Amino acid sequence: MNRFPAWLNLLVIAVVAAGCLFALPNIYGSIEAVQLANNDGAEYEASDVERFVAVVEEAGVEPEAAYLQDGRVVIRFDDSVDQDKASDQLRDTFGRSVSVASTLAPKLPDWIRALGLNPMSLGLDLRGGVYVLLEVDMDSALATRMNGYQQDFEDRLREARVRHRVDLDGRTITVRLTSAEDAATAREIIELADPDVVVLNGQDDRSLLVRMSEAQIQERQDFAIEQNLTTLRNRVNQLGVAEPLVQRQGVDRIVVQLPGVQDPNQLDKILTATATLEFRLVDLSGDEPGSRRYPGRGEEESQVLKRKVIASGDQIIDARVGQDQGQPIVSITLDSAGGESMLETTMNNLKKPMSTVFIETEREEIERNGATEYRIIKTEEIVNTATIQGVFKNRFQISGLSAFEAQDLALLLRAGALAAPVFKIDERTIGPSLGQDNIDRGFNAIKIGFLAVIVFMAIYYRAFGLIANLALLSNLVFIVAMLSVLGASLTLPGIAGIVLTVGMAVDANVLIFERIREELSAGASPQTAINSGYEKALSSITDANITTLIAAVVLFALGTGPIKGFAITLLLGIITSMFTAIVGTRAVVNLIFGGRKLKSLPV
Amino acid sequence: MRLIKEKTSIDFLSPVRRRIALSFSALFVIASLVSLFTRGLEVGIDFTGGILLEIAYEQPANLEVIRGDLAAAGFEDAQVQLFGRDTDVLVRLPPQENEGNAEVREQLQATLEAGGDRIDLRRVETVSAQVGSELAEKGALAMVVALLMIFVYVMIRFQWKFSAGAVAALAHDAIVTVGFFSIFGLPFDLTVVAAVLAVIGYSLNDTVVAFDRIRENFLNLRGVSAEDAMNKSINEMLARTLITGITTLLVLIALLTLGGESIAPFSIALIVGIIVGTYSSIYTASATALALDISPQDLIEPIKDPSLIDDLP
Repeated sequence: MNRFPAWLNLLVIAVVAAGCLFALPNIYGSIEAVQLANNDGAEYEASDVERFVAVVEEAGVEPEAAYLQDGRVVIRFDDSVDQDKASDQLRDTFGRSVSVASTLAPKLPDWIRALGLNPMSLGLDLRGGVYVLLEVDMDSALATRMNGYQQDFEDRLREARVRHRVDLDGRTITVRLTSAEDAATAREIIELADPDVVVLNGQDDRSLLVRMSEAQIQERQDFAIEQNLTTLRNRVNQLGVAEPLVQRQGVDRIVVQLPGVQDPNQLDKILTATATLEFRLVDLSGDEPGSRRYPGRGEEESQVLKRKVIASGDQIIDARVGQDQGQPIVSITLDSAGGESMLETTMNNLKKPMSTVFIETEREEIERNGATEYRIIKTEEIVNTATIQGVFKNRFQISGLSAFEAQDLALLLRAGALAAPVFKIDERTIGPSLGQDNIDRGFNAIKIGFLAVIVFMAIYYRAFGLIANLALLSNLVFIVAMLSVLGASLTLPGIAGIVLTVGMAVDANVLIFERIREELSAGASPQTAINSGYEKALSSITDANITTLIAAVVLFALGTGPIKGFAITLLLGIITSMFTAIVGTRAVVNLIFGGRKLKSLPV
Repeated sequence: MRLIKEKTSIDFLSPVRRRIALSFSALFVIASLVSLFTRGLEVGIDFTGGILLEIAYEQPANLEVIRGDLAAAGFEDAQVQLFGRDTDVLVRLPPQENEGNAEVREQLQATLEAGGDRIDLRRVETVSAQVGSELAEKGALAMVVALLMIFVYVMIRFQWKFSAGAVAALAHDAIVTVGFFSIFGLPFDLTVVAAVLAVIGYSLNDTVVAFDRIRENFLNLRGVSAEDAMNKSINEMLARTLITGITTLLVLIALLTLGGESIAPFSIALIVGIIVGTYSSIYTASATALALDISPQDLIEPIKDPSLIDDLP
């Protein structure tokens, strides 16, 4: 009696082994490193690693290890002196095209990295850094689009020689005409211009109301968020922060996390930076008055461009990637003023090259005579040069790009036309000293709490107490393993969740052991007592844990920030503690006490 | 080793004791509610929005000087207090209406640094009033949803009278824990909301374990009154209830004393909640079920015998 079938024993061993393996990356600690990201947004490949290592070796530094991780190159060093030398050398060599971030990387041996295993990541409250929640101003994003429609409709009606008045009020455009006949014509013109807008009859038969459809509004909002995300990602990369996070949250929000950054003003600098675009003709002769040379971005060639701006970024309504006969293209939509200018230029300059220039202005703080002053830094770079293939107006395509270039250009074009302003609504900065303190205190609390419970259990339940302690220890290992595999960050409330789990995890074992004691005192033999103790306690354990699980799931689903961090460890703790108590300790109990004659039980 | 006798037979649920327990519970709940409605909670910037700075000085900080400096710079409404150590200071400001929070934060920082002391800015939080009220709403929603789902689960697994008992006990625990924070003016932030929900989870754990045994005894002990069967069940589970309470309290005391100031409100909420929760799963939950006239018959499937119906005229 009380023997597990071999497969169940194997299962327990397998789970414990897997837990140990997944938790293993956490014991190696971390080491100085630099993290390199491509500022053009492309991911690096394994072949790039060699290239960077060669540059580092030129500075006389021998890297401890170098590898690719999530499209970024990580180079580890033995100490911070090497780290500084190497990062200086890398910055000097690559300039703006590569973002070089000094950081700490986990000191994993190669075989663990080869398995794709990582240690759990620490939340900002443990490692220090800046957290910002931004809200995108959707009203103004929609307003820009409505303005575009208003102008477009006016132009088209004027062209068709229909007498009209077009007014914009919030999200509704009112088109007033002189006759019902004109109204019908106007409706046709508008529906032809954009088949997706909603055209309604106005107060009388001589007026029309035009609104964006729900789908269009949705699309516009997504577009505004995407634009902001792209811009922010590009700019955050340039800050040289390792593992930055820029992520959409809900309908109109963006979360930015910058681990290791201590000065929230650095982020303000990014937010106040603006980007725009200009389309200019290439000056083939190279000596027209006002022409000047513009540098190329990344691999793009530099060009001498004419002074006149054909169209600029605030005139771009939309830019997206498409395909034309299998070739990647970028479709651009300009507003009507930009369209007119483009029409005139293309008519007179067929088969001539035109460049797209990306312009970014940043505000830099400088100390002068003890006072803080601001200096505007303007960066102008050519992102694309293409030959004008035909006459076009407000809708045109840029072709001759690789799929990646097309994606990149579309993103840049959209980023240039930064339509919607963002506001900070939540900002938290944790200094590095507090982060370290939180780690030290948190782990101290786990250690002491854990010890206290272990001692108590050993005294109170003797041998069975030791078995429960074994379960408790494997519980901790499992939680760490699951956090590492899920890539969830450990936060201070998360540590609190672990501490609480340690206290509560013994509950299932207490239930079982008390039941065994009851059975023994009711006169059952030791083997029967073990069996019915486990069996009868099972329903209590499941009921009790499922109800706690409900509370944890609700916390996780509805909670934010610290609540979520707590919920995830609580959730994992409940699951692992059920396994260790019901199956884990039973396996050990069976192994030690099962299948032999016993006079008494050390419980 | 045993903390209590092997077999206890304490008459927890005698009418007199139930009345005493009821008066205690009523007293706690009413005191909590009165305090909540009159004094309210010492809510942190998580819920109100505002600015919070945690600063570490090299020397013990002089709060009067800091308050004076801040007032001179126009921050009369700044709350300044020590945080854990006499070198650590917490400065709190309500949300700023005219200027952006970012500007105010910079000014605050400049004012504090102008004092000449070397300071380490350990934490800066700037929460807008809008986000604050959202977090508060979400916290309250989480609590209500959790209670509802638990009610449904217990109803499915047991019976609605048990459900009512469990939810009464949980509401009791939540109100008394939050009330404790109100009465003693302890800082109430998001982590405390998480703690209260964990208390609900814990107390429920206790309650369900007791109910489980009550159900078992209802079915096994024929001819015993509900009160006696419940009393027997609670006595049988007493050792387990106390042991689990003790181990959990052990780790929480470790967390309170070693975990640092920012996690202290969380630990306090859990310690209070677990003591109250242990008491409530003995008294509130069972007493409520008894008050609703729970009987062993409630757990036995009604007999559906069609022949009986056929015999009816």
